[in-house]
Amino acid sequence: MAFNDPQANENGMQSKAEKNVWLLAFFTFLVVSVAGIVEIVPLFYLDSALPAKNIPGVVWKRDAGQSLDDWKEGDGVRPLKPLELAGRDIYQREGCYLCHSQMVRPFRDEKERYGHYSLASESMYDHPFQWGSKRTGPDLARLGGKYSDEWHIQHLKAPRSVVPESVMPNYPWLLENTVDGETLKAHMRGLRSVGVPYTDADIESAAAITGKTEMEAMVAYLQQLGTMVKFQEGVEYRE
Amino acid sequence: MEEAAAEQKYNFDVVRWFAVMTAVYLVVGATVGVYIASELAWPVLNLDSPYLSFGRLRPLHTNAVIFAFGGCILMATAFYTVQRTCGVKLWSSKLAWFTFWGWNLIIVAAVITLPLGLTQSKEYAELEWPIDLAIAVVWLSYMFNFLMTIANRKTKHIYVSNWFFMGMMIMITLLHVVNSAAIPVGAFKSYSVYSGVQDAMIQWWWGHNAVGFYLTAGFLGIMYYFVPKQANRPVFSYRLSVIHFWALMFGYVWLGAHHLQYTALPDWTGSLGAAVSIAMIIPSWGGAVNGMMTLSGAWDKLRNDYVLRFLIMSLAFYAMSTFEGPIMSIKTVNALSHYTDWTIGHVHSGALGWVAMVGIGALYHMIPKIFHTPMYSQKLINMHFWTATVGTVVYIVAMWVSGIMQGLMWRAYDEYGTLAYTFAESVEAMHPYYAMRAIGGGIFLLGAVIMLYNIIMTVLKAKSEGTVKAAQTAAVTA
Repeated sequence: MAFNDPQANENGMQSKAEKNVWLLAFFTFLVVSVAGIVEIVPLFYLDSALPAKNIPGVVWKRDAGQSLDDWKEGDGVRPLKPLELAGRDIYQREGCYLCHSQMVRPFRDEKERYGHYSLASESMYDHPFQWGSKRTGPDLARLGGKYSDEWHIQHLKAPRSVVPESVMPNYPWLLENTVDGETLKAHMRGLRSVGVPYTDADIESAAAITGKTEMEAMVAYLQQLGTMVKFQEGVEYRE
Repeated sequence: MEEAAAEQKYNFDVVRWFAVMTAVYLVVGATVGVYIASELAWPVLNLDSPYLSFGRLRPLHTNAVIFAFGGCILMATAFYTVQRTCGVKLWSSKLAWFTFWGWNLIIVAAVITLPLGLTQSKEYAELEWPIDLAIAVVWLSYMFNFLMTIANRKTKHIYVSNWFFMGMMIMITLLHVVNSAAIPVGAFKSYSVYSGVQDAMIQWWWGHNAVGFYLTAGFLGIMYYFVPKQANRPVFSYRLSVIHFWALMFGYVWLGAHHLQYTALPDWTGSLGAAVSIAMIIPSWGGAVNGMMTLSGAWDKLRNDYVLRFLIMSLAFYAMSTFEGPIMSIKTVNALSHYTDWTIGHVHSGALGWVAMVGIGALYHMIPKIFHTPMYSQKLINMHFWTATVGTVVYIVAMWVSGIMQGLMWRAYDEYGTLAYTFAESVEAMHPYYAMRAIGGGIFLLGAVIMLYNIIMTVLKAKSEGTVKAAQTAAVTA
């Protein structure tokens, strides 16, 4: 049997696949499907994908008739309010996720720099997720409430005026552009169809944001980041 | 004479167009890359314009290099090699032209929509849903034509390069359809149907396999045809290629989870991803060895064959980055390297050193054959080789230093047990390396410009001498 001879074993599976492109394609399809079935499919049904979701105060259990404004601090993760969602749209549009992560890892230094490690439940309404992959700037998962609205406006307008070492672009156009309630309604309807529990009343309430600036929307989004869950001492949120 | 016969037997027209566009898009993609690299070093270059800001141009850079440059060379080489290895003309020339124009229109759409901020905000899958649909249609036209050409072949066995091209086409179809599933809420706005942890896993399943299949399996298809052809020797080991192929098809798909170590993804998923990542060193190095050892006994060819230099250097970078990747997937290393520039450096040692170099080598091999005239200048090819190599090395060294430094600064404690550095201090410390990276990228870009010039001059020479027409009408004794 020659070392380099494809015809060495004429009746083997390899040889058969090499002579029939459809068989080769079919085998290949089977082989590339295995990992996805093992690694991805279970995440849709295993409880361990969202281990903290049943701990009180992690996910907001909304009563019938309650609006998003009835949510109180400590109630847990809720869908974004219309203005916050408008801010999130801008966050996506500007590609913020390319330089800022939203995922605090369970390390001592990250706890001290950013805060409590992130929970899967905290991004359960995030279509798509915004965990990011790079920290050219700092993590933003726990940004909410750390700085004033005025600081954020100044920082977004001219980052180096408040952080001289920053390499972030200026975003002056956020002050000029406004957001549109009707567009937001369509966005909320879309999110509802993929599982975000918006009520009709939530969607109607988006009309009120028309005319607000993109800066206001952005700041509203940034100020809620990581603030929805009030972490209790001594509770294990991750296995 | 042999090439004239090939010209008459096969469809090289569409290959010529894809080949020339490849050289154009490498210059475009690298230019945007150098620009955004400079923005990080000198943020004033954002010019306060939404259309030029880093966050909008970065996806343009990645899309231009992956889908415009990478896509065109994959299509040029797949259409070129499938005809030559199967001994038949493309199944449908019309469909091949549809693929060409469709793909290029998609690239134009990307160039328009990404600076406008129209994005799904999933890395390497930013294009909005109408463009995603177009990608699916054009991609299937590419795959179907390729498979039908193989089905029509005159040879008994399907040559190994075709397995790799085919594996890439199948997996990219699967990845694109699953990862881009989104609910449209406007003409150019949609939301992923998945959220949070599931979306993260699917995104990195896509993200890593865009690398593993599009940029690795596809380019290994290129390697398995062009290295033996340029060296004029058979592939080192047929059996090694069989192992290489199936191990790669099976193994690569698991790796995405290693992008999510220590995140809110369940621990077992990341660990599984890391374990398979480490095992992947074996088939990856097997493939690299298979390519390099093809030259066994003929290493002297490297002395004056500049095209072969590109191909062999690309395999060296392939071996290096497929060693580095598994190391970075080990949890303790990943804890340091994740979120830093080390990742960017790793990507570029693969993208510049492996993907671009093997693609460039294939292009320099193909252009004289499809335009029926020698390259305009061998000297310029050699110059390109050195600029590409030096540029790549400068780039990745800068990112190694900055990445490891970032990781160490973020976790450093002072004698009082408090964090030693603010985040801003780590940003400031990056400046020299960001400048160095822009320079490395600039050197690489210079090489790409040299190649474009060399190819344009070759095409013009072919045109003025009428070499293509001559080959098409030459009397051939078949």
